Amino acid sequence: MELERHEYDVVVVGAGGAGLRAAIEAHENGARTAVVCKSLLGKAHTVMAEGGIAAAMANLYPEDNWRVHFRDTMRGGKMLNHWRMAQLHAQEAPDRVRELEDWGALFDRTADGLISQRDFGGHRYARLAHVGDRTGLELIRTLQQRTVALGIDVYMECTVTRLLTDDDGVTGAFGYWRESGRFVAWQAPSVVLATGGIGKSYKVTSNSWEYTGDGHSLALQAGATLVNMEFVQFHPTGMVWPPSVRGILVTESVRGDGGVLKNSAGNRFMFDYIPDFFRKETAETEDEADRWYDDKKNNRRPPELLPRDEVARAINSEVKAGRGTPHGGVFLDIASRRSAEYIRKRLPSMYHQFKELAEVDITAEAMEVGPTCHYVMGGVEVDPDTEAARVPGLFAAGEVAGGMHGSNRLGGNSLSDLLVFGRRAGLAAAEHALKRIDRIALPDEALADAARAALAPFDREGGENPYAVQHDLQQTMHDLVGIIRTAPEMEQALERIAALKERVANLSVEGHRQYNPGWHLALDLPHMLVVSECIARAALERQESRGGHTRDDFPATDAEWARTNLVCSRAPDGSVALTRQPLPQMPGELAEIFEEVS
Amino acid sequence: MTYAASFRVWRGDVTGGDLQDFTVDVNEGEVVLDVIHRLQATQAGDLAVRWNCKAGKCGSCSAEINGRPRLMCMTRMSTFGEGDTVTVTPLRTFPVIRDLVTDVSYNYDKAAQIPAFNPRPREADGSHRMQQVDVERSQEFRKCIECFLCQDTCHVIRDHEGNKGAFAGPRYLIRLAELDMHPLDVTDRRDAAQDDFGLGYCNITKCCSEVCPEGIHLTDNGIIPLKERVVDRRFDPLTWLGSKIGRRPKD
Ligand code: SF4
Ligand code: SF4
Ligand code: FES
Repeated sequence: MELERHEYDVVVVGAGGAGLRAAIEAHENGARTAVVCKSLLGKAHTVMAEGGIAAAMANLYPEDNWRVHFRDTMRGGKMLNHWRMAQLHAQEAPDRVRELEDWGALFDRTADGLISQRDFGGHRYARLAHVGDRTGLELIRTLQQRTVALGIDVYMECTVTRLLTDDDGVTGAFGYWRESGRFVAWQAPSVVLATGGIGKSYKVTSNSWEYTGDGHSLALQAGATLVNMEFVQFHPTGMVWPPSVRGILVTESVRGDGGVLKNSAGNRFMFDYIPDFFRKETAETEDEADRWYDDKKNNRRPPELLPRDEVARAINSEVKAGRGTPHGGVFLDIASRRSAEYIRKRLPSMYHQFKELAEVDITAEAMEVGPTCHYVMGGVEVDPDTEAARVPGLFAAGEVAGGMHGSNRLGGNSLSDLLVFGRRAGLAAAEHALKRIDRIALPDEALADAARAALAPFDREGGENPYAVQHDLQQTMHDLVGIIRTAPEMEQALERIAALKERVANLSVEGHRQYNPGWHLALDLPHMLVVSECIARAALERQESRGGHTRDDFPATDAEWARTNLVCSRAPDGSVALTRQPLPQMPGELAEIFEEVS
Repeated sequence: MTYAASFRVWRGDVTGGDLQDFTVDVNEGEVVLDVIHRLQATQAGDLAVRWNCKAGKCGSCSAEINGRPRLMCMTRMSTFGEGDTVTVTPLRTFPVIRDLVTDVSYNYDKAAQIPAFNPRPREADGSHRMQQVDVERSQEFRKCIECFLCQDTCHVIRDHEGNKGAFAGPRYLIRLAELDMHPLDVTDRRDAAQDDFGLGYCNITKCCSEVCPEGIHLTDNGIIPLKERVVDRRFDPLTWLGSKIGRRPKD
C-alpha cells in the first residue's frame, strides 16, 4: 500500500478558529505541530461568522465584566451549560481578543480608539468586538497569517477518516489527500479535534459542505463520548428566497443595529412571544424597545434580541399560523428604521449578499427570513480546563466540543469559544504529548484496515448514488428532527436512519481517486448518519423543552431534566448507546451571581 | 420557470482535457454553482470543483465563466439568456489539477514570504489605541477573501509564466500595502515590495480592481500609494540614511 507517513507531537484536525488557535498554542509550547484541513487554508466555516466576538472588555459599558457575561451565557443556555466552561470562557475572552490585535487584526474602534463592541441577542451589554459584519473573516485571516508566520505545517485539502489508538490512548490519524486520493498517516500522541459542526445533515442550513459531523463521529469511534446532542440551534434569520440560497445566514447584527421582525400583517410579533424567564429584562412596548438603542440604562431590550431559540420558535409559529411572507418566512425590516448610509456602513456584507443573490436592496425594502440549521450545542464531552476527551490524547475544541453552551448558544459566544478553548486544548495537547512521545507506534494492520475501508465504495458496482442518500438524510432530519419535535416523528426518523445505514453500506462511486467529490461524499455519509442518530436518540429521550430542543408533546421545562445530561457513546455492537449523567453543579460563589446581577 | 440550459464545462487534468457539453435544468434564482452541483449530483458524480460558503465569503469557487474570472456562487443564471451557452473553465493562470480545480500553491508560497506583521508595544493600560479613520485604510484590504481572481486576471503572470518567481501578484501587493498602512506595524517593507515582490512589474492596468468581488480598489488605494511610498523612500537620502543607522518608526 502506498502511504505517506509523518510524525508530530500534536496533530490538529480542522483549520477554523479553534484549530488554528490550538495549533498556535501547541507550537508556542514547543510541540511539533501539524494542522490537517479539508479545504484550503483560510476557507474554514469560521469565515462565515459575521457579528463578532463576545468578550466583556467593558470598552463601552464599564459596568460589564466576566460575571455578567457568565450569567448571560448560562441563562441563554437555560442553565444546562457546564458552569466551569462558561466561567473560563467569560474570564478569558477579553485577553484572547486583545492578543488578536498583536497578530494584526483590525477591529472597528470606539471614539477613544479602543475596540468597539456591538449589541447582540442575550447579551446584557454591547459586548461583541467586530469588524463590520465580517468578523469571522478577520479572525480566520489573523490566525492564518500567524500560523504561517510561525511556520506550522498545514496539510490542506486533506481529510482524516480515522483516529488511531492503542490501549493507552491516541497514536495518530489516518486520512487521504483530496487532490490525489493518496493515503497519509500521522503518528502523534495528541490529536485535537476542531472539525466544527453537523449542519449538512439538515436540508436548510447555514453550514458549508465541511460540516458533516466527522469530528463528532471520529471521537465516538475512538471511544470518546458526546454530550447534549439533542440541542441543535436553528438561527432565526436565514435567507428564504430564492430557493438556491435558502438557509444562508442573515446576521443577528441586523437586529442588534435596529432591525425588527414583522409578520405579513405588519405587526412586530415578538412582543407576543416574551417568555416569563426573560420578561423582567425585555421591553413591553415598541416605544421602550426603540428608546433602548440610544438609552440602555433606562430601557429594556427589544424582544427581537431575545436568545436565538426564542426568536426561531416565534418565527416558526407565525409562519404556521398563516402570517408568513409569500415565500414562507417573516419580514426583517431595517430599511424603514435606519438611513441607507448607516445600513451600508454597518452591514456591508448583508447589503451585498441580498443585492447579489436575491436582488433585494435592504436599504429600501424588508428582507424575508426564516430559521436555518446553524449550530450544534452538543459535542465531544471534555474536561473544561484541558478540553481532554475520555480517550487519553484526544482533545476537542470549538463547535465539535460540547458543554459550553448548554441548550442554546448566544450569538458572539462562538468566536470567543474557539479562541478560549482552542488555546487551552493546544496547551494541554502539547503537555500530554511530552509524556507519551516515545511510546507510540502505528501498526501496519490498522493502517491497512483504514485504507481498505476508505476504498470500499470503489469496489462495489451498481450500488447507490451517494448524492441521493445524502438528499434523503437531509430531508429526514429536516422533516422529523427539526425545530419542533414529537416522539412519533423521531421514532420514524430513527427507522429511516437505520434504512439509510444499509444504503450507505452499499454505496458505489464512479471515476478514480483523484479529486473525486462523489467518493469524498461517500466517506462523509457514515459520519453524517451516526451524528444524526445521536441527535434523534437524545432528542427522543429528553422529554422536556429547553433551548434548542422543543418537544410539542412536552412543551415545558422539567426540574429533573434540568439536572441531567444525556451522553452518547458507541456500544460494542457499533450502535449508539445513551446514558443519563448528572449535570455538574456550580459552586456557591458562582450561584450567587444569579442573585446579585438582576 | 425551470428551463434546460446548455453548459460547456472543461474536464480533464494535468495531461489534458476538453470542453464537454451538458444540458441541465436551471431553476429560478440559481447561480452557476447550483448548476455545477446539479451536474455533480445527476450527470457527473466526479466533477471536481471547490466551494465552501456559497455566499461569496470564502473565495473558494473561482473559475472563468464565458472567459471572465468570477465566483461561481455569485454569478446568477439570470445574467444569461436562456438560449445562451454558459462555458465554465478553470482559472487559466494556475496549473490545473482536475476539472475546475487548480493548483493555487503559488499564492500560498507568496503569502509565506511576506515579512510578518510586527506591532509596536501595547500601551501602559494593555490596549492598542487606534482611530477608526486610521484603521479603515488597511481594513479595506483585509476584506480580501483570497479568491485569487485578481491574480488570475493580472497579465504579468497570466501571460508570462516566467514572471511568477519575481512577481507576487495584486493580492500580495495589497497585503504589503495593508501592512504598510497598518497603524501598529513597525517593519518597513518598501524595499522588499520592490525587490522581492515585483511591485515595479505592475503597470497599473487596473484589471485586478475590476474583477475583485469584494470591490477592493486594489490599484487606486493600494498599489499606487505603495508605489509612491517606494519612490519617496528611494529618492529621500535622509530616509535612506535613517533606515540604515537605526530602527526608525514608519512615517
Ligand atoms: S494593475 Fe498591476 S497588479 Fe493589477 S492587473 Fe494590472 S498589472 Fe496586474
Ligand atoms: S483582492 Fe479581491 S480579487 Fe484579489 S484575492 Fe482578494 S478578494 Fe479576490
Ligand atoms: S463558495 Fe465561498 S465564495 Fe463561492
